[in-house]
Amino acid sequence: MPGVRPVHEGLFTPEHLIGGRCDACRRHHFPAATTCPYCGSTAVTEVALSDTGTLWAWTAVTAPPPGYRGEVPFGFGVVELPEGLRVITRLGESDLSRLSFGQAMKLDIAPLHEEDDGTAVVTYSFVPLECA
Amino acid sequence: MTGVAIVGIGMHPFGRFEDKTVTEMGVEAVRAALGDAGDPEFQAAFCGTAYSGVAAGHKVLGALGRTGTPIVDVEAGCASGGAALMLAAGAIRAGQYDCALVFGIEKMPKGIIRSSFFEPWREEAGLAATPAYFALRAQRLMRESGVTKDLLAQVVVKNRRQGVHNPDAMFRAEVTADEVLASRLVCEPLHLWMLCSPNEGAAAVVLRAAPARDGGGPGVTLVAATLRSHLPGSALHEGTPLSGLADDADIPAPTTLAATAAYEEAGLGPADLDVVECQDTDAARELLSYEELGLCPQGESGEWIAEGVTALGGRLPVNPSGGLLSKGEPLGASALGQVVELTRQLRGGAGPRQVDGARTALGHTVGRGANASVVLLQR
Repeated sequence: MPGVRPVHEGLFTPEHLIGGRCDACRRHHFPAATTCPYCGSTAVTEVALSDTGTLWAWTAVTAPPPGYRGEVPFGFGVVELPEGLRVITRLGESDLSRLSFGQAMKLDIAPLHEEDDGTAVVTYSFVPLECA
Repeated sequence: MTGVAIVGIGMHPFGRFEDKTVTEMGVEAVRAALGDAGDPEFQAAFCGTAYSGVAAGHKVLGALGRTGTPIVDVEAGCASGGAALMLAAGAIRAGQYDCALVFGIEKMPKGIIRSSFFEPWREEAGLAATPAYFALRAQRLMRESGVTKDLLAQVVVKNRRQGVHNPDAMFRAEVTADEVLASRLVCEPLHLWMLCSPNEGAAAVVLRAAPARDGGGPGVTLVAATLRSHLPGSALHEGTPLSGLADDADIPAPTTLAATAAYEEAGLGPADLDVVECQDTDAARELLSYEELGLCPQGESGEWIAEGVTALGGRLPVNPSGGLLSKGEPLGASALGQVVELTRQLRGGAGPRQVDGARTALGHTVGRGANASVVLLQR
């Protein structure tokens, strides 16, 4: 049976993005790091980030960027999470007429491409909540 | 304190030159700059480049038989030439050298720039889509500053019209807004002609210690050269992080950090400027630069382009050279290409694209890193 491989370890679980919360400045970051990127403190706790947020910016990528083997076009944007974090993310919607500022979005672990042995490579992505 | 004079400038045109190596282009620009300066002895050389490999500056000076001095190769993304200039100017001000050569060279691959900056997984996930980041910034600018797609097209129309008169530019034909909007959509709202073309070229300047500025000299003085990196927080700054803070209103952009430092260093402000060359990687980036450099108040860059403030003949001409949208962008050479253009402007030798009576000029680049550089020149 071909398996599933996340595009990178430590970014997400099937249910949520893995972020960090700084115990010194209280700010959240993504991806999780051992040092807070905002204040430099090492008092950082790994946390599950909210799986819903709102759309802050978006576009569609129409030509394959360097190193990318999946399909185009694909949606690309910024989703704001309740933790006060804006995440750069792939979007599961590339029809821009279906996206709007402040739209509710939900995390979706989505396939990127298939490797020669059939392994599905998956990544984090956000889709409009009503489609999720 | 010692002042710094620009005593020589040289260019290899920006474009595509299949039969030339990056070293050969550098040789032409350096030879021209040294000739313009009266062939002085220099005590150090600084070379800005991002894609030319190991000891690229040494190869250029080796080909000219001018090695033996320190040669420092500097990489700072789109601001590489600005970084080289800052190092050279600082060393002259400190009394370390009397004369220094600064040059930038590049021969870029075609298409979307592949950058070792992105980890392989980020490329695999489609998150190394450089024009998409530009598009997201453009969309936010449109929302926050009343910029429309037609105004983005007007930036291209302006710069391409100005580039017609620049023999060093890659594109020298005027375009209409309709043609810009009919070019291929790359990433909404950005169409192909709203994006600069990575290309090839070289630029060089010769710096020399001069008595501190007295305002009356005939030459061109470098009054500030600053380089700044980003502060963390903004999701869309040129360091292209994977996340940022929702509460980023008080975090200055790297361009603003570099500009503030440059204005302070020179004792000048945006109101003193007569001509500007700024980073127009894409049409929205030029407008954002107006705001981040403090040329116009936040949110008014759209009005500025609509009213022709920054066109030749306007109150503050921006990118009289045609900008990167006309010249293309050879990363390591682009900042020094601006300095060459601005020196020509201040010398009064810019021909049909001359800004009448220009005395104070600003050059600006920003890109990967993030790195932002600002240069202030006066005559």
